[in-house]
Amino acid sequence: MSPEVISAPAPAGTSKPDRAHSRARAARRRRAVVLLARVLLLVAVLGLWEWLSRAEAIDPFNFSMPSKIWDQISTWITHGTALGSLGEQIWVTLHEALLGWVIGVMAGVIFGIALGRIGFLADVLGPYTKVLNSIPRIVLAPIFVIWFGLGPSSKVASAVVLVFFPVFFNAFQGAREVDRNLVANARVLGASNRRVTLQVVIPSATSWIFTSLHVSFGFALIGAIVGEYIGATKGIGLLVAQSQGTFNAAGVYAAMVILAVVALVAEGLLTFAERRIFRWKPSDSGH
Amino acid sequence: MSADRSPAIELRGASKTFRTPSGGLHTAVRGLDLTVGHGEFVAVVGPTGCGKSTTLSLVSGLEEPTEGEVLVAGEPVAGVGNKVGFVFQQDATFPWRTVLSNVMAGPRFRGVPKAEAKEKAREWLARVGLAAFEDRYPHQLSGGQRKRVALAATFVNDPEILLMDEPFSALDVQTRALMSDELLELWEGTGASVVFVTHDLEESIALADKVVVMTAGPATVKQVFDIDLPRPRKVESVRLEPRFIEIYREIWESLGEEVRITRERGAAHVA
Repeated sequence: MSPEVISAPAPAGTSKPDRAHSRARAARRRRAVVLLARVLLLVAVLGLWEWLSRAEAIDPFNFSMPSKIWDQISTWITHGTALGSLGEQIWVTLHEALLGWVIGVMAGVIFGIALGRIGFLADVLGPYTKVLNSIPRIVLAPIFVIWFGLGPSSKVASAVVLVFFPVFFNAFQGAREVDRNLVANARVLGASNRRVTLQVVIPSATSWIFTSLHVSFGFALIGAIVGEYIGATKGIGLLVAQSQGTFNAAGVYAAMVILAVVALVAEGLLTFAERRIFRWKPSDSGH
Repeated sequence: MSADRSPAIELRGASKTFRTPSGGLHTAVRGLDLTVGHGEFVAVVGPTGCGKSTTLSLVSGLEEPTEGEVLVAGEPVAGVGNKVGFVFQQDATFPWRTVLSNVMAGPRFRGVPKAEAKEKAREWLARVGLAAFEDRYPHQLSGGQRKRVALAATFVNDPEILLMDEPFSALDVQTRALMSDELLELWEGTGASVVFVTHDLEESIALADKVVVMTAGPATVKQVFDIDLPRPRKVESVRLEPRFIEIYREIWESLGEEVRITRERGAAHVA
């Protein structure tokens, strides 16, 4: 049976472009169906929520409803919040998160690479980093408010401590796992220790570091929001706290939606930067 | 000048002992005596895992001998010197650098100005036939092309001593023969002294002036054979000559015994 199948002349000339064509069409259809299903799922969840809330099957006061959340967002956009314009609140939070993120990432990368390259430092500091990492660092946020006051610096500080550790551990791991061949090759080619660090260790650790950047921007936002929630004069976190204080559930949800959008945009920018930086990587192992 | 009269590489009773992760001691090389003259092509053959690569790391300065002396041009080796080039078994091209930038790396590391480094790199890329590929990244090249990049990146530093650790073992047979011929051509223009480690006896005879047979690990020199085949050689055709086959038989008598010992040990390990 099988030899017959193999030797059976395939009607290659006519069927090949046909098959490619139909395959492309099937792929396109599949994409459309996936997209449609996504939209339907969203509409269904939101619709169910709205309907349950309106029918008072769930308490609209506690659970609010999508239309009210939307109203809240558009009120904030058109009339501003109790704290000033919405844009200003977003900007304050984003500013704190970004600053904390940049500082945390830089400190994490520098310490991670340094400990990864210098065995003595790693041996001395290793246990302490583990202890510090095991502390739930979010509890430091109130302390930072005490130390640095209600201004942005206390939020930046809590963002920094949240961002530092994941970046640090990844950079450390990346520096440790550099291909020994590459290091040996660089040394034979004449690279000094400093050059090996800058031109071999850091480039090969970048994929490790980037992995942590995605997670850590989320952490920076969390740090900023929690800091604001505990005590601030401006920001989305304060908006959440105030909405909660006035039993405005829609306000809390609205702030969450805004945060989600901000986080998604940041994530998109990061992915874009990553693609640019990792052009040297084969595309199949990159993503 | 005393440096001229002393051999290019000299190992005197060199030993290297490593501490294994489990805390034991592993002797890779013991009491190794080896001399490589200026411009000489020496191939080192021995059973797999006998410590041939360790010998190269000692000469390169990447590792220090536990005992004995390693001299390059009459001077004891202290750290990685600027006379040595090293072609590794595995890919050691920098994946985030383009081909051109990879070849420029050596001169740049050694402080050559950028324009000059670029010019030299282009020259060597042309010599290995990759002039058209200078903007590619290593992952876009074939295994043989990457090896060519590695050769160019090594030769661009004008090494007096060229250490090669089974450089072509990952290539397919045809590419391997081609690369061996190219290596001989490149080398003949430079006058560098070469230590070429391999476990392939044919390859070693086809390339070298002198074949050193190592014992099963811990490695030490068992026997040295002079290869009197005329140069220039073509790897594919030289191995058909009767003299080649004669030499092969002679050396295999010596090497085969060590290979057998290694195999028996391996079998004992498995059992």
